[in-house]
Amino acid sequence: MSWLSTLLAAIGRPVLAGLGALGRISIFAGQTIAHMLRPPIYLKEIGHALMNVGYFSLPVVGLTALFTGGALALQIYSGGARFNAEAVVPQIVAIGMVRELGPVLVGLMIAARVTSSIAAEIATMKVTEQIDALVTLSTHPMKYLTVPRVLVGLIMVPALVGVGDIIGIFGGYIVGTQSLGFNPSTYLNNTVNFIEARDIWSSLAKGAVFGFIATLMGCYYGMNTSRGAAGVGRATKDAVEAAAILILAANFILTSIFFTI
Amino acid sequence: MIELTNVHKAFGPKKVLRGVNLFIAKGTSMVIIGGSGTGKSVCLKSVLGLVKPDSGTITLDGEDVSRAERDSFLARFGMLFQGGALFDSLPVWQNVGFRLMRGSLKRPQAEAREIAIEKLRRVGLTPDVADLFPAELSGGMQKRVGLARAIAAEPEIIFFDEPTTGLDPIMSGVINDLIREIVTEMGATAMTITHDMSSVRAIADNIAMLHDGVIQWTGPVADMDASGDPYLDQFIHGRAEGPIEAVR
Repeated sequence: MSWLSTLLAAIGRPVLAGLGALGRISIFAGQTIAHMLRPPIYLKEIGHALMNVGYFSLPVVGLTALFTGGALALQIYSGGARFNAEAVVPQIVAIGMVRELGPVLVGLMIAARVTSSIAAEIATMKVTEQIDALVTLSTHPMKYLTVPRVLVGLIMVPALVGVGDIIGIFGGYIVGTQSLGFNPSTYLNNTVNFIEARDIWSSLAKGAVFGFIATLMGCYYGMNTSRGAAGVGRATKDAVEAAAILILAANFILTSIFFTI
Repeated sequence: MIELTNVHKAFGPKKVLRGVNLFIAKGTSMVIIGGSGTGKSVCLKSVLGLVKPDSGTITLDGEDVSRAERDSFLARFGMLFQGGALFDSLPVWQNVGFRLMRGSLKRPQAEAREIAIEKLRRVGLTPDVADLFPAELSGGMQKRVGLARAIAAEPEIIFFDEPTTGLDPIMSGVINDLIREIVTEMGATAMTITHDMSSVRAIADNIAMLHDGVIQWTGPVADMDASGDPYLDQFIHGRAEGPIEAVR
């Protein structure tokens, strides 16, 4: 029976650790939301976060969406040709980008670019005692560091998703009209007429959730790091992994809610 | 006055503080000495609430620090961190004036900058340093900026965590002298942790030696050399032989 208890222990340990981490992250998220609703709000920090999360993410989001939209058009055209459905390229590119690829790709790009940057910055502040220094200077680290970043994630990532959706559709339009022989005005008409309001708001809602997850994970792992440079590296890696997995899981749940009810 | 009574703190199985009792009178400079990893920083951070003791009480002027209103409690303190702990993203003057631009001590930005420059001058730095970033400063300059930040809001109590670590002997002497002068002229209560004996002699009115989680010896710095305590003797003379194990 000893092998059975060893096996159960081997399964139980990571499950308990995972549940513990989920609980701590949930408490951290709750504290962040509670601090968002109470002053003071550090506007200057929000301004910095707006630039870092939003403005400086535009190039990576734009390029990712552009190439993905173009590749999607090529795939749909070539796949659709198998059952004479090449004409649906504009509609499928539009729905694919707006409902799914736009929010998910932007979310993952934000996880790669912003979550890592937030985690590394806050973790470095932790191991160099800058977080302790904030406390001794009567400044709550959660209010000063976490709230501005998460607030901006909630606001800016939907905006980036909107931009990504448009650029992705534009990527499909370029490929469709320049290489696949679609008429430009027909392509645009088919795109605009096919998209529904629900597609757009669901895309933006996903963006808000993904922005919240991405920035929260960066702050959580940054704040909870230890052990010097190795700890900073581990916090950054863990934050990006957790953000990416949670974004994909949240995408599945949100898609189930938005499009099956 | 600050009083620690029977303070215990463990990190997992490692018991760092095993019943620390310490009294720091108002307006005096207490230096806590002890080997690396003996809990000096934990002791200091416990007073500030950065570390929560497992048991025991810490009082400031008779009031339990764990029950004090945080903002007004922390407004009474200034702290110089071991590595400076300056905020990389802010220029020097904003680091120094950080507390003066937020919270209950908030004042106009121009006034905060003026005070920051004045404090920089007090620690021997010229106004042109004000607009540099911490990464552009040497280790000694960073310590001075940290010191300027610690005194910017004219606190009643100042904590110094290893103020001379990583500095050459001359710069250590400069920082020690600055600390002594500033504490004396402000009439502040000071608590310093260090294992640098030149700092001890320059800064302390009283010393306490922390070993094995308890205060092994405490008394005026003048009595240190004739204490007769084998632990203190071994430490201040830097002997490998004695009751303190060299490899811990």
